[in-house]
Amino acid sequence: MIPFDFEYYKPSSILEAVELFRHLLAQGKNPVYFSGGTEIITWARMNAIHPGAVIDLKSIPECNVMTFQENNLVIGSCVTLSVLSAVNPFPLLSETVIDAADQTARNKITIGGNICGKIYYREAVLPLLLTNSRIVIAGRRGMKEVSIHKVFFQQMRLESGEFLVQIITDRGYLSLPFVHFKKRQIGNVGYPLVTLAALKKDHQIRTAYSGVCAFPFRSIEIEQVLNDPALSREEKIEQAIVKLPAPVLTNAEGSADYRKFVLKQTMSEALSMLEGG
Amino acid sequence: MPSYVPSSYPIGLQVNGEWRTIRVRAADTLLYVLRESLGLTGSKSGCDNGDCGTCTILVNGLPIKSCIMLAVEADGQHVTTIEGLIHSPVLQAFVQKQAFQCGYCTPGFIVNCHGLLSIHPDANEETIRIWLESNICRCMSYEEIHEAVKTVFTPKNAAKPTANGS
Repeated sequence: MIPFDFEYYKPSSILEAVELFRHLLAQGKNPVYFSGGTEIITWARMNAIHPGAVIDLKSIPECNVMTFQENNLVIGSCVTLSVLSAVNPFPLLSETVIDAADQTARNKITIGGNICGKIYYREAVLPLLLTNSRIVIAGRRGMKEVSIHKVFFQQMRLESGEFLVQIITDRGYLSLPFVHFKKRQIGNVGYPLVTLAALKKDHQIRTAYSGVCAFPFRSIEIEQVLNDPALSREEKIEQAIVKLPAPVLTNAEGSADYRKFVLKQTMSEALSMLEGG
Repeated sequence: MPSYVPSSYPIGLQVNGEWRTIRVRAADTLLYVLRESLGLTGSKSGCDNGDCGTCTILVNGLPIKSCIMLAVEADGQHVTTIEGLIHSPVLQAFVQKQAFQCGYCTPGFIVNCHGLLSIHPDANEETIRIWLESNICRCMSYEEIHEAVKTVFTPKNAAKPTANGS
């Protein structure tokens, strides 16, 4: 049970949502945008966050689209992970999100909520980083479309009052060869030791990771090493490990040493499947 | 723009085929309202964290963990709880196969399996496995649960999940 009250609003347009946020913020109500809401409900139940108002985005049409527009796939932020994997317009993204949480939870969790969440795995962002997807953001100054790399550094960097409306991905990326691994300590449901998503474009392998450090990331330095033709596979992996952007995690899922062991194995599998051709 | 008093929100929802109107706190979970306001105690409170699945209900036919859904989100929706599934073949199969021990997880399993049967009546083994991973049985009755589920599905093949498991 959530031990405090908050107000609930369900705007039907982007403008209404933004105006609501501004209005509620001015009243000191500490508003939050709400999509699937699973993480907000959990944090609130634990008394870890105290929003005075939630703004439910699920009635905003632009946040519910999943369509091709010219050469782009457009996915609304309120599309659930289960719908995304069932419709499957973006196979790497489908394969990534079907490994998040469990099937019933994926009926509630949305792509926007996963990417903007505070729990640091945020695995749905990995395919977006690999495909240089663009993000449509709404805020006080209107709408803007920016590269995922401009707004996602370790986590989404939205300004107060902004929310994620849509994700746009070039259609050309959707049919590229890819691999995805999510390795857990045990079982098929739960947080990862290592999640690795990789795709190959123009004979170059791109990789992105979650569960390795305290944030998901794609590293150009690591990709340069992994694509260096002068190195053996073992040398690539040994040099890539040195270029991780932060200390390797130690938590209930596994120690840093164990994670590095699993990461090396996973990198080797990914390279084996994508190299050549 | 709609504005509500925080302590009391009017909502209307169809529960097990019956239209109900009720006032709820915005912070009330759907599980809490079903149990404490509507007296439908078949949906159990387990982890309250979206992990165990014993609070699973159907919202517009789709399995949802009611501990991670606000009651206000269910305004205007069709909700089915275990109380609405007394004639479900899934429930009968669980009884026949004695697919429970303490029974605390059983409502969630039955509701989830009923949802799967409604959406994918020809679900294969892989799809069944993916869906039922949403529920936990601490008594370890998984073998009997699997036996019960097999009796209501006739999987056509055991290869790939049906429609990506969804």
